[in-house]
Amino acid sequence: MKTAIDVRDLSKKYGDRLAVSHANFSVPMRSICGFVGPNGAGKTTTIRMLLGLITPSTGDGHVLGEEISEPENYLPRVGAMIEGPAFYPALTGKQNLMVLAKIGGFDTDLVQGLLEKVGLGDRGDSKYKTYSLGMKQRLGIAAALLPNPKLLILDEPTNGLDPAGIQEVRALLRQLADDGATIFVSSHLLSELEMICDHLVMLREGKVIFAGKTTQLLAAQQPVVIAKPENSKDLSKLAEIAKSLGHETNILDDAVHVKGEKNFAAELNKAAFAAGITLSSLAPVQASLEETFFEMTGE
Amino acid sequence: MFKVYKAELVKLKRASLSLSTLASVLFITGLSTSLLFLLVDSPEGNGREGVRITRETLELATGLSLSFSNAAGLLGIVALCIFAAQTAQEYTYGTLRNLLVRQPSRMKVLIGKLMAMKLFALVIVISAGLFTFALSYLFAGVKDISTQSWGSTDARIDIARTFINVTIATIGYGIFGMILGLLFRSPVTAISIGVIWNLIIEGLLSIFVTDLARYFPGQLLSNVAFGGSEEISYQYSLFTSYGFLLVSMIIVAILFKRRDVAN
Repeated sequence: MKTAIDVRDLSKKYGDRLAVSHANFSVPMRSICGFVGPNGAGKTTTIRMLLGLITPSTGDGHVLGEEISEPENYLPRVGAMIEGPAFYPALTGKQNLMVLAKIGGFDTDLVQGLLEKVGLGDRGDSKYKTYSLGMKQRLGIAAALLPNPKLLILDEPTNGLDPAGIQEVRALLRQLADDGATIFVSSHLLSELEMICDHLVMLREGKVIFAGKTTQLLAAQQPVVIAKPENSKDLSKLAEIAKSLGHETNILDDAVHVKGEKNFAAELNKAAFAAGITLSSLAPVQASLEETFFEMTGE
Repeated sequence: MFKVYKAELVKLKRASLSLSTLASVLFITGLSTSLLFLLVDSPEGNGREGVRITRETLELATGLSLSFSNAAGLLGIVALCIFAAQTAQEYTYGTLRNLLVRQPSRMKVLIGKLMAMKLFALVIVISAGLFTFALSYLFAGVKDISTQSWGSTDARIDIARTFINVTIATIGYGIFGMILGLLFRSPVTAISIGVIWNLIIEGLLSIFVTDLARYFPGQLLSNVAFGGSEEISYQYSLFTSYGFLLVSMIIVAILFKRRDVAN
C-alpha cells in the first residue's frame, strides 16, 4: 500500500448539482497533502465521503488500503476534524474527549496527555462553552489525535488560531508526519500550506484541477518580474512598455507585474530607462501558491 | 454498542442534566402525591380528571402505589424531553459526525444511545418511586389514613407490578421522544411536537372522540402505567403502544442509517 487515499471517479450529486465531479487523486503515504479550493468547491463533501459520512453518488476509493464503502475497516486508524470543532457545550474539554475515547475504544488515560499536547492542559476541566475559538480548535485537533492516527484529515485546523497557535499546529503536523502519519489538510492559509505540504490537491467547482507535488505545481508557473516606478504616474506607461515587449502584464499595488523569466528584468530596466522612467525597485519572483491558486481557480 | 453506551453515560451523568432532571421528577411526583392525599376529603376529587379516590381506597394494599402510577404520564413527558434532546442535539451541535467517525456502525450508535437513556429513565423511575412512597407515608400520617395494609405481601406485589408498568410506560415515552429527535433533528422541534401531541392533541381528541384513546400511543402508555383500565386492557395497551413504537423506530432507524451526515 503506497497511497493513504486513492479516489477514482468520485462524485456526489445533490439534485441537479454536482458537488464533487468525477474526482481522481491520490495521497501518498507519509506525505503532508494540502487540499485547497474556493468556498463551495467540494472540499468538505469530499472529506465527508472519505469518512463515510456521505455516500458517493458514483465512483470509489480507498483509504489506508480499504474500500471507502466500508469505513469501519479504516476509521479506527484515522483522526479527523471536519468543518471546525463540534463538541457538547455543557461538558468540559476533558469530558468531551472522554466521550470520543470511550466510543472509539481508546485508552482514556491518553486524554490528559493530548490536552497538554495541544496547549489545553490547564483548561481541560473548563466547560467547552467557555472556550475561545482558538481553544475549541485545539480541542478539535486533540480529538483527531485520539486514535494515534495513521491518517489525519483536518479541515481548516488553523481557523481562529493566533500566529503562535498557527506555528504550533504547523510544528505538530510536521512532527506527526515525521513519525509516519499521513496528513490531509484543507486550509485557506495558502502560505501555510506552501510551507508544510509536499503534495497538493486543488478543487474548483467540484473538479480536481491539480493533484501532485507542490514543487511540480509551482515550477509550472511562470515567474513574475515586479517593477515599481519611482513616480506612480508612470505605471501605465511602464505596463505598456512591458506589453510591447510581448509579456502579460498587470498593475497591482503601485507596481507592474510582468510574467517573464529572471533575465527579462534587465531587458525591462533598459526599456524603461530609454523611455525616461526610473525604477525604484525591480525584482524577479517565483509565483507563490497563493498567486497560483488565484490564477488556476479564477478567483 | 457498549462503547457508545458508556460514552453516552458520560453525557447523561453531567450534574446540570442529572440534577435538573431529578429536581423536576421530585417536583412532579411530590405534587401528584400531595394532591392525592391532601385533597382526599375534597368533594372536587383528588385524582385524574376530577376522579375521587377515597380514604378507603388509599388504605387498601394498592393505595401506596396509586400516586406513583398517577405521576407516570408526567414522568413520561420528562423522559420524552430527555430522549429527544439527547438525540437531536447531536445534529444541532454537529457532534454526530464525531460519533460516526469513531463508531461508523450507525445501528450500534443508535442502540448504544438507547440503552444508556433507558438506564437513565430507570434511575428517574426509581427516584420517583422512592420519593412517592416516602411522601405517601408522610401524608398518610398527616391525614390520618391507615397504612396497615401497605406492608402486606399484596402491597409488595402491587408495588413491584406498578414499578414495572411505570418503567415500561416511561421508557415508551422516551422512545417516542427519540423517534421525534431522529426525525426532526432539532431538540426544540422534537420536544415541542412531543409535548403538544401528548398533552394537548391526544388529550383533547380522546375527550371529544369516543374510543380514539385506543389508537394513541401516549394514551395507551399512560394506560400501561395504570395496569390497564375497564375500557382498554393492559395487554392491548402494551402491545399496541409498543407495536407503534417498534414500527416507528424501524422507519427512523432506516432513515438514520441511510441519510447523509451533511451538517
